Amino acid sequence: MVISTQQVWEALAHVTDPEIPVLSIIDLGIVRNVTVNGKEAVVTITPTYTGCPAMDVIGATIKMELLALGFDTVTVNQVLSPAWTTDWMSEEGKAKLKAYGIAPPNHKQQVCSLELFTPHEAVQCPHCNAYHTHRISEFGSTACKALYQCDECKEVFDYFKCY
Amino acid sequence: MTHRIKHILHLADNALILGHRNSEWCGHGPVLEQDIALTNISLDLIGQARSFYQHAAILLGEDYNEDKLAYFRDPHEFLNCLMVEQPNEEDWGLTILRQFFVSNYQYHLYQQLQHHPDEQVAAISAKALKEVTYHLRWSSEWVIRLGDGTEESNGRMHNALQQLWPYTTEILTPADYETGFIDFSLLQEQWRQKTTAVLAEATLAIPANETQQTGGKSGNHTVHLNDILAVMQTLPRTHPDAIW
Repeated sequence: MVISTQQVWEALAHVTDPEIPVLSIIDLGIVRNVTVNGKEAVVTITPTYTGCPAMDVIGATIKMELLALGFDTVTVNQVLSPAWTTDWMSEEGKAKLKAYGIAPPNHKQQVCSLELFTPHEAVQCPHCNAYHTHRISEFGSTACKALYQCDECKEVFDYFKCY
Repeated sequence: MTHRIKHILHLADNALILGHRNSEWCGHGPVLEQDIALTNISLDLIGQARSFYQHAAILLGEDYNEDKLAYFRDPHEFLNCLMVEQPNEEDWGLTILRQFFVSNYQYHLYQQLQHHPDEQVAAISAKALKEVTYHLRWSSEWVIRLGDGTEESNGRMHNALQQLWPYTTEILTPADYETGFIDFSLLQEQWRQKTTAVLAEATLAIPANETQQTGGKSGNHTVHLNDILAVMQTLPRTHPDAIW
């Protein structure tokens, strides 16, 4: 049986981020390339943050998914360049994040600047859609998220930071 | 060992040792948000160290790997600057100032190294730069808040500055394995400019004392590195075949 590249991409859509299980690695935009050669598959991924502890688990899960698809050899390579950015997150992924209660990354960002004491990014509350929110902490439950609170509905929520 | 490999190990060791020092604050930070901020900075640094060790291990070949380079080298084989191994002394101000000095250095260094002829060094540097930009912004803001803060915080920052200043020359002076790849006069200029601006806003005066300590980049360390390695390396050296 011949396994197509398309089938590999479909299988990869079942591999989720262990820290944000609602997002697949396709939604996150971390799969950079897939090559299939008979019973051999090579998947190239890029880490979100260099120290992201989820990367090793993601690599192992990719191998299990593709071995189950019928491959004999699955290689997962990591590349760093070009560096991952939240711009690579799919629109579908952003919608899933919001439905899950995490505010998706804004399009334009200010985190990558050296400017000191800048106002916090305006982030929309994923629960009541108000923009009247404030940042509690630059880091939330993981390095990629900040902790915000909505001043309208008072709910505390994670914001997936621009990167 | 070639200059290229030594240079990569130097970059990795700087990131690992500072990451480890910062991680000692985990659960002990003055406020929860800043405890988490510093812990995340540690995670970035250890991630960067890991990337550099992996690359060095490939270049070294044989049976080298990232763990062997981090856990099975002795103090004299580490090539980090003396600055990063200095103890926290349970002083948040000292930790913040050390982070500022190193982030200021790494930020301008990686801007150059992202164009390094070794593609992997360039890729790691470009990736690290995104993270170090945040570290520099965060530490600059805190140096200013604490320096230009209360009498107590200003006094502590003043003491921290006296303590750390003697280690600043080493980070800006090229080792033999660094020459040719980095424009050190540019790096020194950029580092001094940023340092002067932030310290001025923090109402802290640059110490007049010109006595400087060097040696870390060539493997001559302070006793503090032994303490770190004793903690960090005990488990893998006691149980070398242990797997996670």
